[in-house]
Amino acid sequence: MGGLQIPMEHVLALAGLLFSCGLMGLMLRRNIIFMLMSLEVMLNAAALAFVAAGAYWGQADGQVIFLLILTVAAAEVAVGLGLVLQIQRRFKTLDMDQANRLQG
Amino acid sequence: MMEVLFYIAGFVALTATIAALTRANAAHALIYLIVSLLAVAVLFFLMGAPFAAALEIVIYAGAIMVLFVFVIMMLNLGDAGVSREQQLLAGRIWILPGIMAGLLLLELLLAMDNASGATSGNVVAPKAVGITLFGPYLLAVEIASMLLLSALVGAYHLGRRFIVRRGEH
Repeated sequence: MGGLQIPMEHVLALAGLLFSCGLMGLMLRRNIIFMLMSLEVMLNAAALAFVAAGAYWGQADGQVIFLLILTVAAAEVAVGLGLVLQIQRRFKTLDMDQANRLQG
Repeated sequence: MMEVLFYIAGFVALTATIAALTRANAAHALIYLIVSLLAVAVLFFLMGAPFAAALEIVIYAGAIMVLFVFVIMMLNLGDAGVSREQQLLAGRIWILPGIMAGLLLLELLLAMDNASGATSGNVVAPKAVGITLFGPYLLAVEIASMLLLSALVGAYHLGRRFIVRRGEH
């Protein structure tokens, strides 16, 4: 077992803090571009935890899962930014509280 | 010494993320978000995952952030966009992200100068990642390709309607 020189708990704590930042941003911001950025931060924090675990046990699996998270992030951003363009055209705003038509 | 580099990069990642998500201006937030991704890439490099670090910069900070830049620049066209662009080129806002990015570059140079070059005892090489990816994780690769295809179709559908309607007016 190669292991990290730094304690594993510190890396996981950093990943948790980054994830909480993203979650707070997602809940507090109402601009859809910032909500997408928060999603990116959250996915990135999860990837950091995976790579740290892979490095801790000296296995390649962590980086493989990182690749899959990268794919998910790219797909999510492509569709999300297409939705941003549609919302901007229809509602003339990026404020998500204005786009509440589904509530009836 | 590697531990110190790790904690500095982690601090930069955290501050840049908080700064990014509390900006009012989306373009300024993007600069901080790119610094945050670069900091995470340095963390990957220090943890003995150079392949993941390279992909983080190429795909996250390169491709995905450029998509964000495209959309932000598309959304504020016209006179307001011109004045905002002059305000962006004013320079003051670039100083702090520039200092952060310079710090990360310095860390990277220090880490590469060091013989071991990584905090982790053993570096997981790209070859091992490739063998694992196309061995036990082959099904996941297929699922990822289907996901990318569906994202491509979805993004094309959303974007095509946008462009056609704009052209009709």
